Amino acid sequence: MYDGKYIVPGLLIFLAVFFIPTAYTYATGGPSQPPKPALPANETQCVESKDWMRDNHMQLLVQWREDVVRNNDRTYTSFTYNKQYKKSLTNTCLKCHDNKQDFCDSCHTYAGVSPNCWDCHNVPKEVSS
Amino acid sequence: MRRLSRRQFLSIGGLVVVGASASQVMSALARDEKAPVATATIRYAMVIDPAKCAQDPTCRDCIDACHKIHNVPLFAPNAQGEETDKAHEIKWIWKATFEEAFDEQEGDNYATGGMKEQPMMLLCNHCDNPPCVRVCPTQATWKRASDGIVMMDFHRCIGCRFCMSGCPYGSRSFNFRDPRPFVQEINTSFPTRTKGVVEKCNFCEERLAQGQPPACVEACRQKALVFGNLEDPNSEAHKILAERLALRRKEHLGTRPQAYYITS
Amino acid sequence: MIDHLLHGGPRYWAWLAFLCVVIAIGFGCYYYQLDYGLGVTGMSRDVSWGFYIAQFTFLVGVAASGVMVVLPYYLHHYKMFGKITIMGEFLAVAAVTMCVLFVVVDLGQPSRVLNVLLYPTLNSVMFYDIIVLSGYLLINIVVGWTMLTAESNELPPPAWVKPLIYISIPWAISIHTVTAFLYSGLPGRDYWLTAIMAPRFLASAFASGPALLILIALILRRVTSFDPGLPALRKIGTIVTYAMIVNIFFVLMEFFTGFYSQAPGHMASLQYLFFGLDGYGRLVPFMWLAAVLGIGAVIALLFQRVKQDERLFALALGAIFVATWIDKGLGLIVGGFTPNPLGDITEYAPTLPELGVTLGVYGIGFLVLTVLYKITVGVREAQLSPETAQQAATAEQASPEQLVAEAAH
Repeated sequence: MYDGKYIVPGLLIFLAVFFIPTAYTYATGGPSQPPKPALPANETQCVESKDWMRDNHMQLLVQWREDVVRNNDRTYTSFTYNKQYKKSLTNTCLKCHDNKQDFCDSCHTYAGVSPNCWDCHNVPKEVSS
Repeated sequence: MRRLSRRQFLSIGGLVVVGASASQVMSALARDEKAPVATATIRYAMVIDPAKCAQDPTCRDCIDACHKIHNVPLFAPNAQGEETDKAHEIKWIWKATFEEAFDEQEGDNYATGGMKEQPMMLLCNHCDNPPCVRVCPTQATWKRASDGIVMMDFHRCIGCRFCMSGCPYGSRSFNFRDPRPFVQEINTSFPTRTKGVVEKCNFCEERLAQGQPPACVEACRQKALVFGNLEDPNSEAHKILAERLALRRKEHLGTRPQAYYITS
Repeated sequence: MIDHLLHGGPRYWAWLAFLCVVIAIGFGCYYYQLDYGLGVTGMSRDVSWGFYIAQFTFLVGVAASGVMVVLPYYLHHYKMFGKITIMGEFLAVAAVTMCVLFVVVDLGQPSRVLNVLLYPTLNSVMFYDIIVLSGYLLINIVVGWTMLTAESNELPPPAWVKPLIYISIPWAISIHTVTAFLYSGLPGRDYWLTAIMAPRFLASAFASGPALLILIALILRRVTSFDPGLPALRKIGTIVTYAMIVNIFFVLMEFFTGFYSQAPGHMASLQYLFFGLDGYGRLVPFMWLAAVLGIGAVIALLFQRVKQDERLFALALGAIFVATWIDKGLGLIVGGFTPNPLGDITEYAPTLPELGVTLGVYGIGFLVLTVLYKITVGVREAQLSPETAQQAATAEQASPEQLVAEAAH
């Protein structure tokens, strides 16, 4: 092999770097557990079913955003429960899910996503404290 | 002189037609398609009576009410609660002199009567033909077809500030830094803004949706601000403008501003 | 062809290292700006565009270096410019690259920049500016690279490139026109609201772009074996002279309209820029420097003696370049915002981080230019001396054998 003295150590370094995340996980107590978001105590049902919300809440929020800001359409009718809700992150969602840290952040941190909603939208409980 | 061949005649003729139609294309491009000029049933406007405003020169109730409700930050306030960081100031409604508001009437010392000494409340004019909307490359600002309010979508704004160059009234502010730490008391029912987006007066569209008048109008003890639908002949705003002469800022620019300043 | 990048003297590597340091400083400053917001710049509520947009506007003009050599060569078969057309095109590539970067660093929310394409807005001039600028960038990359490849292979260029070259000529006019429309279509800014804005942009572009091209060519003559020929450079110098005369004429017309009509809006910005207004006049010395340099250089260039003397020639062109930079890269944008729509004045001066980002973008531009020019000069040098090129090639082929021999030892 030409340049074996460069290639073999190079490959070894590459493999070492490649497996750093795996090594880190095991060194810090094994794979992390799926999150258990804290559900509101005084409310049992969301605007749609729990499963649907888990899969689609981001699209729903984007749709609400477009509807309210751009089309002045502020009322949402649930197709699961046929009830009407005000389209508002702060005033509808966060009214029940008032603990952002234990609800929103628990999953978002686990999934490694950082939605920028909170750059502008405030969490009433955090503001008052 | 050389005679034109049929080919040359046709190509010159074609060019003339293209040139003549270019003006149509330009006006079509410049037009805001969503603006139904004649069919709108609501045309919101602000009618301002500077003479009433002048009764209390230190009053800033409308400014405070608006800025509090909309989470407008104060980066470096003085004792009176006024912004001293003028470069980065964010303002939705503010007080100016007559010369600032009507610079083209500067030399007019007689006809405007007492107006020259009165304070002028400035805000977004919610133009019928808004240049800010025309220049925005993402439709982050647009004129709402239903009532003429010039809206802002803070989610879509890329912060290019073309609208600030386009606005002939200086009504737009840019978030040069994260405003949230500088909001004195956060109103939780209204979002703050993020750094890097442009903002301005929204005629309190969030309050209108709940049947409330704009916050500045509600806060004014002198009743110097009248908000209403000019398309409705029974509205107070319509009636005032039917009786009194009012100035609008820089009317010659063709923006058709919707803030009216009643002369005294 | 890219292999030419790997062969260079110490001066070449030092220059690349210097550019990398400048770019790194720029990135550092940009990171600070991203984190804090555009408040780190000198821009304000009143002067809401500053150095970045001014450099963008100026560099759109520099991109005219391409068309000013391409047009005489291809439309008028002006053979003298044969050696320098690719240089002109590559300078345009670097200039437009910087334009794009300057727009991006000026955005408050750069992560959302694709909204411009996601929500295409036909009534915004910025939409058209993005189309013409990216189109011009693409055309110049493709044409320049194809022509160079053909030259390197000692083959005639492919036939499809000819139509592209012809398209590039009106396309070049469009980038200056549309960029001027960004400003001249705004109703409230009297300094910009002038039908002469697009012609003025064209005139200053045809002066500044080719001036820089000549200056770079004069440097290349000294540090490399590449020589486009002094007569060709002098000819481009004549183009620069005429363009600058027209440019100065246009500025004087703005003075006439403003001060003879006595229309306050049309006078205010010129007053601020050249004489100071209400006690503010930070740009006055710069504007007069531009006036002196621009007019002085034009007069000097009318004398054949100046053009014959390489040093005086370079000095005059440098003066024209600086004059157009002050006029467009400093005065035009700030002047348009001063006074503000309420008649008040907020003065503008760039901050250190802002200058750092600006230098970083220029660093990237010069890196692009260096890479493209190094390849071009490499190709030309290889053709100038076939023997040396052959020697270099055989030396490279020999190297693995040498390694084997070394290993055997």
